Amino acid sequence: MAREQHDYDDIPGTYVFDQDRSRQGFGINMFCMSLMKDENRKAFKANEAEYLKKFNLTPEQADAILKRDYNRMLELGGNIYFTAKLGATDGHSFRHLAAVMTGSSQDDYANMMLAGGRSVEGNRSKSGKVAKPAKAAKKPVKAKPKAKTRSKSRSKRG
Amino acid sequence: MAKIIAGVSSSHVPAIGAAIDNKQTEEPYWKRVFSGFEKSKEWMAQAKPDVVILIYNDHASAFSVEMVPTFALGCAAEFPPADEGWGPRPVPVVKGHPQLAAHIAQSVILDEFDITVVNKMEVDHGLTVPMNLLFGSPKEWPCPVIPVAVNVVLYPPPTGHRCFMLGRAIRKAVESYPEDLRVVVFGTGGMSHQISGPRAGLINSKFDKAFLDNLTKDPKKLTRIQHLEYMREAGAEGIEMVMWLVMRGALEDKVDEVYRFYTVPASNTAVGHIILEPHRRAAKKPAGKSKKPAGKMKRAAARAKVDRVRS
Repeated sequence: MAREQHDYDDIPGTYVFDQDRSRQGFGINMFCMSLMKDENRKAFKANEAEYLKKFNLTPEQADAILKRDYNRMLELGGNIYFTAKLGATDGHSFRHLAAVMTGSSQDDYANMMLAGGRSVEGNRSKSGKVAKPAKAAKKPVKAKPKAKTRSKSRSKRG
Repeated sequence: MAKIIAGVSSSHVPAIGAAIDNKQTEEPYWKRVFSGFEKSKEWMAQAKPDVVILIYNDHASAFSVEMVPTFALGCAAEFPPADEGWGPRPVPVVKGHPQLAAHIAQSVILDEFDITVVNKMEVDHGLTVPMNLLFGSPKEWPCPVIPVAVNVVLYPPPTGHRCFMLGRAIRKAVESYPEDLRVVVFGTGGMSHQISGPRAGLINSKFDKAFLDNLTKDPKKLTRIQHLEYMREAGAEGIEMVMWLVMRGALEDKVDEVYRFYTVPASNTAVGHIILEPHRRAAKKPAGKSKKPAGKMKRAAARAKVDRVRS
């Protein structure tokens, strides 16, 4: 069955770790969790493909892990706090993972952060429907809108 | 009776912990971050809480994907630092306050917060980094800590409003505890950041600053922010900010902002920090200077009115 669509799927460059992905990615995340133990890290490094057989992974998931395709892992149900453990097992800093996921060099990524990070402008919405911050749901303000409709209806009548 | 004397919020970036552990706090990049907490440590040394209730989230350390409690209350006598892949952080074991924690569990569950009771748990940087930022790096933490873990990893986390109401329930629980204890509540995590996917590195200072402003003066407005807006505006992991609302709910409606600090970046994250104390009422000002006793009466009358409205 195709993935159920959600309002947050409109956020660009983001794989929200929701219930569906959690169910789908249980094996990926449990594999990453196993890397908390040194003997498991060694066993994985000795024969990666063989070690992955211990977890209930689809061929796509195993492939994403072997290729260290971090975005694909997220898309297939991995969560960043878990996949970061794979990065640590490889001896990589988080900056390395961020560079891989954002398709930039580590230096470019670090410089972007130093310059204040990635701007939200132009990064809110895939559909382009939300270009500005959503107004926080306010308590209904009665006076003004009412006055407007009244004046309109009056002018129509008049 | 126990009472909540202040609320503190701060980010809990893992790299801050690494900078402390690797003694890099004097390097210019990190000095910018740590200098913002100097005043806070002084404030904390004066405040001397008897207990800290610390709202944080676990990052695949104590809870994997096998069990994901939405709210979990640490009732153990101690909480060892977790091994997050680089060995446990060299920080003291966190001592709990099992009696007050048990009292809180009993109170909030009957208050309809079906919290998970945890009697054995390791704590990760989410808890220990804010402890360092506010208490420095002592050999033993100066007071017991009650950890409250909130799920913000698996979507959906509890709503901001639910978090705020949990804070209220915690305040009610604390205020009904018979021992005279001075309690500080920490809300941690945030501020804007995204560490996952092609949009990683997102920062939104405008959102963060408005959040800090409203945390003091209009927290109810913050309780209406939807998850979609947090993720869109403050990054997928910026949704952690709902945890600040537990802290805010544990304080009275009117608070005084004692201190605030904000800097970008620490690693991938905007660092925000605020200290709030219950509002000092005008009636507490030195009596001698009061020129108009009538004013005092009016204030008393106004308070009485407010109390009536509340009840």
